[in-house]
Amino acid sequence: MHELGIVFYIIRDVKKAAEEHGVKHVSAVVMSIGEVSTIIPDYLQDCWRWAADKEEMLKGCELKIEPIPAVTHCDSCGQDYPTVAHGKICPHCGSEQTWLLRGNEVEIKQIEV
Amino acid sequence: MTYASTQVFFFVYLLHMSKKCSTFAAEIEQNRIIPVKSNMNSVKIIEIKKSVFEDNDRAADALRGALKKKGVYLLNLMSAPGSGKTTTLIQTINLLKDKIRIAVMEADIDSDVDAIKIKEGTGVESIQLHTGGMCHLDAEMTQQGLDAFGNRCAEVHTAPLNEQATDASALPTGRTTLAPVGDPSMGLDLVILENVGNLVCPAEFDTGAVKNAMILSVPEGHDKPLKYPLMFSVCDVVVINKIDVMPYFDFDLEKCKEYIHMRNPKAQVIPVCAKTGEGVEAFADWLLTEVKNWKE
Repeated sequence: MHELGIVFYIIRDVKKAAEEHGVKHVSAVVMSIGEVSTIIPDYLQDCWRWAADKEEMLKGCELKIEPIPAVTHCDSCGQDYPTVAHGKICPHCGSEQTWLLRGNEVEIKQIEV
Repeated sequence: MTYASTQVFFFVYLLHMSKKCSTFAAEIEQNRIIPVKSNMNSVKIIEIKKSVFEDNDRAADALRGALKKKGVYLLNLMSAPGSGKTTTLIQTINLLKDKIRIAVMEADIDSDVDAIKIKEGTGVESIQLHTGGMCHLDAEMTQQGLDAFGNRCAEVHTAPLNEQATDASALPTGRTTLAPVGDPSMGLDLVILENVGNLVCPAEFDTGAVKNAMILSVPEGHDKPLKYPLMFSVCDVVVINKIDVMPYFDFDLEKCKEYIHMRNPKAQVIPVCAKTGEGVEAFADWLLTEVKNWKE
């Protein structure tokens, strides 16, 4: 439900970067989105199309999403495991002393011009 | 319009919009003549590698720095729709308004019912912010709200989002002690931001507040800290509201505390009943201590 707000932030950053490089039109934006970032890629795409086409610089600009798998680290046994499959509890030792190593990123990786 | 119906309206609006968007996108796909790029070198790649939240985080830090200089404490209060934020606030403010100068910013997608309720229930200054369909407030919107209080909260300007953060030390120093409450021209001690009723989005955007607090009400259930982990991990205080109806719900207070501390071991849990005022003074005391410490 926050995808539209995120899209406005992406547009602001992309326009700024494009202006810095003297670019007049951006053909694609590549995002790195973590698996547990709470962003729904389909909603992000819909909001992107709606908002980006209102900007001269981003008309028809494609949004490419590269997912980052979520990984959790267990402090008790020192092993890493996939977050989505096992959640907060370590599948190796059953400990709850775990924390997210990666997977909540919402990052603009690059733009294609 | 109640909080619940406002939220429903928003979701319907979003649904409607996303449908429209996909049709629009399909049209573009059908009509567009895609030029064939035989030469791959025609595409130039510019690396950015930047978090979408970075600019907002920087603006929020600058706002906090400026508020510190002015001695104004900003609390960001969050919760789901209908958990009793406004009622809890009225009770809390009535316990504190003779000790410190308070103002409230109500953020909603639409309507001004909450700002009016606060004004009528406490007499303190309250303003309504409309988020224009957005499900949260960011630091820039919070700054715009603070501007509405004029010079009582002035000179807390942060850098625009696209510039480097302002050096807070360059700003004039504000009051650092508590002055008599009677003088309305004096600056504010405490501004409470009542965020949009939502347990997801407001947790992601730093508003520039000194501390975050949230209200979880008994009918929502004690499992919410498990379902909305980010919200509970960013809050310093969790107020459990509507404890008077606990006998009618399967709400386990001890389990709830356990789940909250799994997300944030330092979070303080304060059970209250905003309707009767039971337990509210514990929250008011915490807030008063926070405001005094902020001014030191």
